[in-house]
Amino acid sequence: MKKTDFVVRFAGEGGQGFLSGAEGFAQAHSQIGYHTQTFATFPSQIVGGPTWLQVRISTSEILSRGDELDVLVVFNRYAYEAHKDEVKPGGVILFDSDKLQLEDGGNSLGIPFDKLGRSTGNVRAANMVVMGALAQLVDIPQELLEGYVRKRWGNTARYGEKTVPSNIRALSLGRDAAGSSGFTLGRLADPIKPDYEQILLNGNYAICLGACHAGLQFYVGYPISPATSILMWMQTNLTGAGRFAYQVSSEIESITAALGASFAGKKSMSATAGPGFSLMSEGLGLAWMAEIPVVIANIQRGGPSTGLPTKTEQSDLLAVLTPTHGDVRLPVIAPGTVEECFYAAVAAFNWAERYQGPVVLLSEHSLSERQQNIRKPDLSKVAVENRDVYGGENGYLRYEAPTLSPMPLPGGPGSYAANGSEHDPQGDTTHLPTRHVEMTERRFSKLRLLEDGTFESRNTEAAIAIMPWGGSKGPAQAAYEQLMAADENIAWYYTMYLHPLPPKLLEELRQKELVIVPELNYQGQFATVLRSFGVRAEPVTQYTGLPFKVKDLVDRIAEKLRAEKREGVAV
Amino acid sequence: MSKNNPEYDFDWCPGCGDFGVRRALEAAVEQRRIELELPAENNVVVAGIGCSGNMVHLLEGPQPYGFHGIHGRTLPIAMGIKMARTDLNVIVVAGDGDFLSIGMEHIAPQAARNLNITSVIMDNAVYGLTKGQGSPTSHKGHVTSSTPYGNPVEGLNALRLYLTLGVSFVASGFSSKVKDLSRLIHAAMTHPGFSVVQVQSPCTTYYDTYEQLKGNTRKGIEPTAWDVPDDHDPEDLAAAYDIVNRGGVPLGVVYSDQSRTTFDTRVDEMAEKAGSRTVQEMVDSYAI
Repeated sequence: MKKTDFVVRFAGEGGQGFLSGAEGFAQAHSQIGYHTQTFATFPSQIVGGPTWLQVRISTSEILSRGDELDVLVVFNRYAYEAHKDEVKPGGVILFDSDKLQLEDGGNSLGIPFDKLGRSTGNVRAANMVVMGALAQLVDIPQELLEGYVRKRWGNTARYGEKTVPSNIRALSLGRDAAGSSGFTLGRLADPIKPDYEQILLNGNYAICLGACHAGLQFYVGYPISPATSILMWMQTNLTGAGRFAYQVSSEIESITAALGASFAGKKSMSATAGPGFSLMSEGLGLAWMAEIPVVIANIQRGGPSTGLPTKTEQSDLLAVLTPTHGDVRLPVIAPGTVEECFYAAVAAFNWAERYQGPVVLLSEHSLSERQQNIRKPDLSKVAVENRDVYGGENGYLRYEAPTLSPMPLPGGPGSYAANGSEHDPQGDTTHLPTRHVEMTERRFSKLRLLEDGTFESRNTEAAIAIMPWGGSKGPAQAAYEQLMAADENIAWYYTMYLHPLPPKLLEELRQKELVIVPELNYQGQFATVLRSFGVRAEPVTQYTGLPFKVKDLVDRIAEKLRAEKREGVAV
Repeated sequence: MSKNNPEYDFDWCPGCGDFGVRRALEAAVEQRRIELELPAENNVVVAGIGCSGNMVHLLEGPQPYGFHGIHGRTLPIAMGIKMARTDLNVIVVAGDGDFLSIGMEHIAPQAARNLNITSVIMDNAVYGLTKGQGSPTSHKGHVTSSTPYGNPVEGLNALRLYLTLGVSFVASGFSSKVKDLSRLIHAAMTHPGFSVVQVQSPCTTYYDTYEQLKGNTRKGIEPTAWDVPDDHDPEDLAAAYDIVNRGGVPLGVVYSDQSRTTFDTRVDEMAEKAGSRTVQEMVDSYAI
């Protein structure tokens, strides 16, 4: 049987330039028809520090980064020591023999990447030497990669005449070096070119595209890992008439400026991570109170406090549900894949506009950096909603209705006061108990407008279910499939609409004897939320700063299943 | 909005300077409405938290839009409104505590941006609504409910601060001189750029400074307020520093620099340079 799956990890020190090579490797393979997914982890420093990027290439859709490595490419000894144990039996360790010497463990192969690259006359061809060697190990036809090189550097006006031939030469040199070693991993099956158009991007950029499609006009943000790439993207792309993207002086400015802009009629957004989200707390309460649409993307990293800025975690769920003092529960949409990042962003704006309030788009570090090829969204089929705008005369009572009422636009009739204090129908401050009751109920009643979220379900007759959220979806799905293949009888549920949950989903979950929630935090935050809704939920947690490995999940879920069976017998 | 809203039960204390500020603000907005033939709804009043913040609900006559947000954050809210809709006239109303203590961090960036809005600061040197605590403009030795043995800190010279931060229009007024104040607020709204009108608006309950400001010849009290001389050149920064360093409370336009372009103008220039892409083009740029 041919290999259908190939996992490579590039490890070295930040600033060694192999990251762009690894991304090129993913790009090349998605271009020739494979599914690709990258996973990167960095230290929080600009140059140096242990850095690695993993690329998984497959003939079918990729659910996780891959537990074990087919090939480890190392650029220093530290990287070798740190990662060598994750190479699967029969796997190969490629190393730059100019930079380090490894004792021959029987599975290591030294190639002077840099020297061979430079011999082509192109000082930047070392990455192509690596790519050629990797292609040889899994027997990918050279012409497929040459096609990539021609497309990537074919613009001779920009890259010169020599770039394509030197890179192709580098591919061959790497190929020959690996070929003469005798190492092989078995042939990777030919790609199955999808019959639909694809795009290759990371989760943060997918959020940016979704936001723009939803009609974003006003973006403000402050640099913070791992949300910064959204700010930079917006400043580069959210340009032209009626669009505004700007780096403000704090997250307090971000949220309040976004609210001002939305009050004035523009769809507005900011993206941040834990510490910035904490600073936005009071502003989010204002948005809820004054009923102003806004989308805040929280790209989670490890917390609390400054925490782990460049590692992944799903530990902000409780914080985003009730981010501020007082009676508040914010709508939360948490995408689980790069593709879902696009649709979650559109949905977040639609929700914000529809119920006139703040919506949290809850992503995470592992998605933000993950490059993946996804089906290109057909924009004509992705519906966009706009707030109900008031079109009457002056003397309007903006907050009179028991639930939603149209929003006036400054400049036009219907002037009112948007007010963070409890207010009467005009928006004027009040302390009357009856008003606080009316307005509190009005604000919560609007959440019912958001109960249209969709969800996935499989094998729903089973008494025990698995229900991951966010970026743990992929590994959990892979684990689920393995467990089902091993004759376990489990149901699968998944939604990115975490609050409000689709009512039908909640109803089904309440019927289960046990709902197992894999999530990357200590407390089992989503399981806690589900239990508060009467679901018998138990978490499977991990808080290492890294995503789940599929094998770990399989083992731990199987353990829970056995425990449940034992309990069942005891009763 | 109180005049036609009997439910709204807040009012300032009798004699509060904020009544005068309200009259001056209403007159300035009305003058602008007549001059530019734009309806009251073209104005947005962004208020902070404190006695002054209730301005939004107490304005009489044709109603502007109001945004009564959270403590200290008037300026970024105003920036959001202005940069989203440059056609709107955005007026910040805040007290000395809101603007100069918790909100201090927002002044410098707006001054640097030269955001084209007007801030009217009602300065009474105390926190009124929370019952008389000391504020950044409380003078040294000032006995307040939070400085029972006297304020250990020098009072902030707010006008000097604005000059130093690069606020492009700085004026100083007094709530009892409604006509003059109205002219200052109107001039600030007309100024292309970030303008601050610092208004002495005494608190009759916790710190009544009327007598200090106006003086009392019978008691031999010299007024602390004095008019900026007619020959002062507001474009002269050195002269402006001289005014604010002279002590007491100068009344008039202290500084005005109309040569700087506004934030929205510069953003528009950048936008022209950057060009514009459709969302479909953005999506297509990630094609494999």
